[in-house]
Amino acid sequence: MSDLIPILVAKYNYWLYIVLMMIGLYAMIAKNNLVKKLVGMNIFQTSIILFYVSIGCKKGATIPIIQHGMAAGHHAIDPSHYVNPLPHVLMLTAIVVSVSTFGVALALAIKTYHQYKTLEEDEILARLRPR
Amino acid sequence: MKAAGLIIVLLTGGLLLYATQDFPPWGAPDSPASTHVSPRYLQKATEETAVPNIVTAVLADYRGFDTMFETTVIFCAGIGCFVLLRIFRQKPEDRYYRHIATEITLHIKGGRLPNKSREFERIDTLWTPYDLVIKTVCRILAPFIQLFALYVIAHGHHSPGGGFQGGVILGASIILIAISHNMRTAIARISEKVDNLLMAVGVFIYAGIGAVCVMLGAAFLDYGNLSVILFADEIMARSHGILGVEIGVGITVMAVMISIYNNLASAGKQDEGL
Repeated sequence: MSDLIPILVAKYNYWLYIVLMMIGLYAMIAKNNLVKKLVGMNIFQTSIILFYVSIGCKKGATIPIIQHGMAAGHHAIDPSHYVNPLPHVLMLTAIVVSVSTFGVALALAIKTYHQYKTLEEDEILARLRPR
Repeated sequence: MKAAGLIIVLLTGGLLLYATQDFPPWGAPDSPASTHVSPRYLQKATEETAVPNIVTAVLADYRGFDTMFETTVIFCAGIGCFVLLRIFRQKPEDRYYRHIATEITLHIKGGRLPNKSREFERIDTLWTPYDLVIKTVCRILAPFIQLFALYVIAHGHHSPGGGFQGGVILGASIILIAISHNMRTAIARISEKVDNLLMAVGVFIYAGIGAVCVMLGAAFLDYGNLSVILFADEIMARSHGILGVEIGVGITVMAVMISIYNNLASAGKQDEGL
């Protein structure tokens, strides 16, 4: 038990994101309502985004904006003073893309509702099956 | 189904939790992710592009291709929503009008009153009560939100911000008008045709700046050669190129957010909705 606590403290962020990811994955697999499935997909995406952002973190570092802007170009910059900008760049675009793909998914859900008058998966499957 | 799902989820989660043993501790400065490319970006980006915000420099210059196609993905999502949902030929349906002077509500089946009438105003079928405070506050607030959005886009070089964030805030200001008044008021501000044009214009600006670079003899999206037409040195030209690209991204993101909201909230009719 005494071995487990330092591991937990050092890596609790990964554990939290994995739990969040499991919630999203479970909703995508087990929920019957299409909108609930989509919300599960969004929770999944959010956990991945949080995971990436936490990879970029460095203890005691500040945001990746070089202080004193242009004048700093002359003396050397210590990378350990600024957090890793790369995960931020990747997730910055991923957030907006996830919002727009969520919009497309909701549009498909609206179309499904117009066609079958329901969003429950088992009722849609029952109608799709030939009698 | 539920039990099988639970087993799969627990198995995946357990394996991932087991795999975290090999991960570096949280916030370690010498973790593998922070030791390969990012020190080079942090040390060189400011002197190579004259942009102190490294996130913006990497987003629009070092990873310019990636961002261009992300913008294209957003554009495609907006077009996809439009194609899936938009209904042009509408059957004549029930509409509600209110006589402004007497506040009598008319329910008209099939036919319709003229859209612009001094005596009558159209109200939504699922009517939300008229609220003076909410409408006035949102109308006063919207220009300031838009001003802040323009600041976020234009000042993205020196402070947290950029095209994606500013575009979302711009879109949110129009969506705020649509929520607080009604959808027709928001569409009167920025019509569907203009909005769909702006979606394409943003991507066009982005790809156009890349094409101008090619015409000036450099690689696609290599802004250094823009110094010939911008009357600036090569480093400052990169900074200006990044600004132009961010403006393109902002326009596309704004237009796509508004278009997706309008199409989703009205299920493609674009006349009334939440």
